[in-house]
Amino acid sequence: MNTRSMKGWLYLIPAIAFLGVFVVYPLFDVVVYSFEEGYNSASQTFFGTGTYNFSYVLRDTYFIQALKNTFILVIITVPLSTGLALLISVGLSSIKKLQELYQTIFFLPYVTNTLAVGLVFMILFQKTAYTDGFVNQIIHLFGGSSVDFIDGPYWAKMTVMCIYTVWVVMPFKVLILTSALASVNPDYYKAAKVDGTSSWRIFYKITLPMISPMIFYLIITGFIGAFKAYGDVVAIFGTNLNAAGMNTIVGYVYDMLYGDGGGYPSYASAAALVLFAIVLTITVINLLIQRRSVQTS
Amino acid sequence: MKIVLEHITKRYPNRNKKIGGLVTAVEDFDLTIPDGKLVALLGPSGCGKSTTLNMICGLEDPTEGKIWFGDTDVTRLSPEVRGVGMVFQSYALYPHMTVLQNIMFPLENLKGADKLSRDEMVRRAEHAASLVQISELLERKPSQVSGGQQQRVAIARALVKTPKVLLLDEPLSNLDARLRLTTREEIRRIQRETGITTVFVTHDQEEAMSISDEIVVMENGVIRQVGKPQRVYDEPDNLFVSKFLGTPPINVFEGHVERGQLYIGTERVLDVFQAPDGPVTVGVRPEGFVVDADGPFTCGLVAVERMGRDTSVVATHDALEAVQMRAIVSSDARVDTSASNVRFRLRPEKTRLFDAQTGQRIHFVGETMEEPAEVMAREARAAAGAPKPEAGATA
Amino acid sequence: MSDVTQDQEQRAFERARKIRMGVTYTLLTLWALIVLFPFYWMVLTSIKSYGSYNAEYVPLLYTTSPTLQNYVDAFTAVPLARYFMNTVIFTGITTALMLVVIVLAAFAFSRLDFAGKDLLFTAFLSLMMIPNELVVITNFVTITNWGLRNTFLGLILPSVTSVFYIYLLKENFDQIPDDLYKAAKVDGCSDFKYLMKVMIPICRPTIVTVVLLKVIECWNSYVWPRLITDNELYFLVSNGIQEIRENGFGRENIPAMMAAVVVISVPLIVLFLIFRKKIMEGVSRGGTKG
Repeated sequence: MNTRSMKGWLYLIPAIAFLGVFVVYPLFDVVVYSFEEGYNSASQTFFGTGTYNFSYVLRDTYFIQALKNTFILVIITVPLSTGLALLISVGLSSIKKLQELYQTIFFLPYVTNTLAVGLVFMILFQKTAYTDGFVNQIIHLFGGSSVDFIDGPYWAKMTVMCIYTVWVVMPFKVLILTSALASVNPDYYKAAKVDGTSSWRIFYKITLPMISPMIFYLIITGFIGAFKAYGDVVAIFGTNLNAAGMNTIVGYVYDMLYGDGGGYPSYASAAALVLFAIVLTITVINLLIQRRSVQTS
Repeated sequence: MKIVLEHITKRYPNRNKKIGGLVTAVEDFDLTIPDGKLVALLGPSGCGKSTTLNMICGLEDPTEGKIWFGDTDVTRLSPEVRGVGMVFQSYALYPHMTVLQNIMFPLENLKGADKLSRDEMVRRAEHAASLVQISELLERKPSQVSGGQQQRVAIARALVKTPKVLLLDEPLSNLDARLRLTTREEIRRIQRETGITTVFVTHDQEEAMSISDEIVVMENGVIRQVGKPQRVYDEPDNLFVSKFLGTPPINVFEGHVERGQLYIGTERVLDVFQAPDGPVTVGVRPEGFVVDADGPFTCGLVAVERMGRDTSVVATHDALEAVQMRAIVSSDARVDTSASNVRFRLRPEKTRLFDAQTGQRIHFVGETMEEPAEVMAREARAAAGAPKPEAGATA
Repeated sequence: MSDVTQDQEQRAFERARKIRMGVTYTLLTLWALIVLFPFYWMVLTSIKSYGSYNAEYVPLLYTTSPTLQNYVDAFTAVPLARYFMNTVIFTGITTALMLVVIVLAAFAFSRLDFAGKDLLFTAFLSLMMIPNELVVITNFVTITNWGLRNTFLGLILPSVTSVFYIYLLKENFDQIPDDLYKAAKVDGCSDFKYLMKVMIPICRPTIVTVVLLKVIECWNSYVWPRLITDNELYFLVSNGIQEIRENGFGRENIPAMMAAVVVISVPLIVLFLIFRKKIMEGVSRGGTKG
């Protein structure tokens, strides 16, 4: 190796060292862990190798619950947030006055601490002995009866979780779609207007196809993000998610690793790999759909 | 400083990895640049002229051959050790520094015994700036000055270390036409004032011809001709050089020589004694045509464009390589614009013959306005024992 | 006659446009309220006194007797100041280290030629697809084995590198014209000096963006600090908030809790309002939440 080559690698030593120790090595290690049965983190010994960890995790009722919660969250929030973001972005790009102000406000949740604002959501939705909470007041206004969204029925808790998740992911989606809409060449709109095309047709036939790659990008990242939901759920329901019945797959991984009744890196690894497999599958399916729809259009 | 390039060859690995192998950018480049001269490397894009300049500069190492600055072998030395200044096509000014900081930058990199005090750096930078007449712009950023001024900043930065060699890569290509004229005179002035050996690269033959002491015409990494600009224009060694120099370009015809006579099509157009029989490529400069109602060369008339001093006759001919030809004739020439044909006589000193296959120059008697003594000497040589019998037979 | 119909058409068109604009602004304002309301509620609650908050069975949208007592409590009853300082230290060191690592790496990829460069860069890019959840398990074990639990080093080390930022910076470095590098070589400038004096100043906007994004990421990080610290001395604000919520003021002192939430939210909101354009531009160039 000549000195010039040496120099290149020299500059990369820090990056390679950090990535090697904290990304590449763990990547292999997690697979190894997942096949080591009965691993004891205190003595760092294990009984044997096999697929027991996976079968344990897949039969664990907590994991099944986490899987169910995560899927419901994904199925509801990804289409909802993407659709809402599209609506808002189109509205945002059609106005001139106050556009910047709205843009700034809409982006605000992105820079706030998820845990901190989650606490506010909890208070807004919570029903205690002292107060029914703000949201319940609104429900009263429409003649409904109060619900405890935080410690109450499953669907109520799921509702809060979905609402907060949508609130948290919206800024990113609105930003991406707004800049996608802004980058559509205005000549297309002018040409369509000259042809006498109606606004709805312009949107459907020109705008939507032009920004569809970005919509697909948002759907894919939305799926990946929602499958990895954890922090915002903790913010609302506290760290003991299993007790609340609101655990997610990632939450399950961390609980297995560390937390109440933790210390099982093997189970955690197996669960993490299951999550990775799910995310990978969904992403691949998404990409296939995207390719097909691009080809046919 | 005299620069000697000794059989320089540069090969790169092929950028297209599927094909692989090596690409030769410059091959067996052998040239001596005399001290204090302004020399242009001229050629179409991709001919290896910039690579050659980069090798003189030290930005690239030649694969084979040696480079000498005076008596020093600089082949493996890095640019800052060679003592060269370079001006890039894009000027390569540092956008975040002021004009003064840009000019001072080379001085700041001096180390050890050469290290200068801050005041000395500023003084030298100001001197370089005054040489290119931008003293009033020192505090501005490059983006705040015009293209022509950026060019001057780049030259000042190249000159600030008082280099032994100044290199310019397409120095005028980013300027508008008017600025190009003044700037090239400016470069000439600065070069004369400083006496620095200067090499510049250009694809614009007019630019090269107008200011350089010598031009080097390149094609596909090979030197095709070296010489004084007018000499290379008048006496091209080969078809490529003749076509590359001159605007409007030389008009090229297919023709053949038979017993000392040049034929284009069926017409016998010129005496070309001592040229060997066979097919030839004929190049006629636009100014090589004389309108003559009794002329031997008949062309289809397309248009007559009168432009003040000159008159251009646009015409066609079956043996023409291009679609149309252009003849520049004196404005008092009478051309019947209603006629479908125009007849010309060819000036032998503006007509050049080339081998139909190799494109190499074929000489004939009367092609130059030579001194009679030279003609006699050549005829004597031919009489003493002509190497080509058929040429001798026609004489 | 045709003038009249044209006029009518024009008026109908105008009316439709006005209605559409009205609907648009209503929708946008509604969403803006939904976004802003939690922030308003948080500030409002934080200035209600403990007594008045708990007396409101129907929570009021305003308060008549604002108090700063909750802020005093937030800094005295729980170690909020320490959480705050910890986060500042963590964010500062992590961002600084990251900057060194990514600048050197991006420079090598963009400017230097060395054997195996393309292959290595592809390998780097493919690491972008690895979810954090997959590697966090081993990192937890690694840091534990190194005895770095409840230390700043343990918090910082796994958070330093980001392939995405290397990629972003490399792309930006690539846009600097080649001629500039050649000119610097002719001027006798070393590679490292070229990096420091030319590339970094030219790419400062991107570097600022990367720093801002990393600061946001650090300030909000929760999962890794939660795993690696169980000693309050090393809690960051996210963990602090969770701790306050579960064991802090007692579950019922909501106003004090909200004061703490305001305190930890303010720095990022201020940062955002100052660097709004840069942050939004940076995020739209490929950032994701978390």
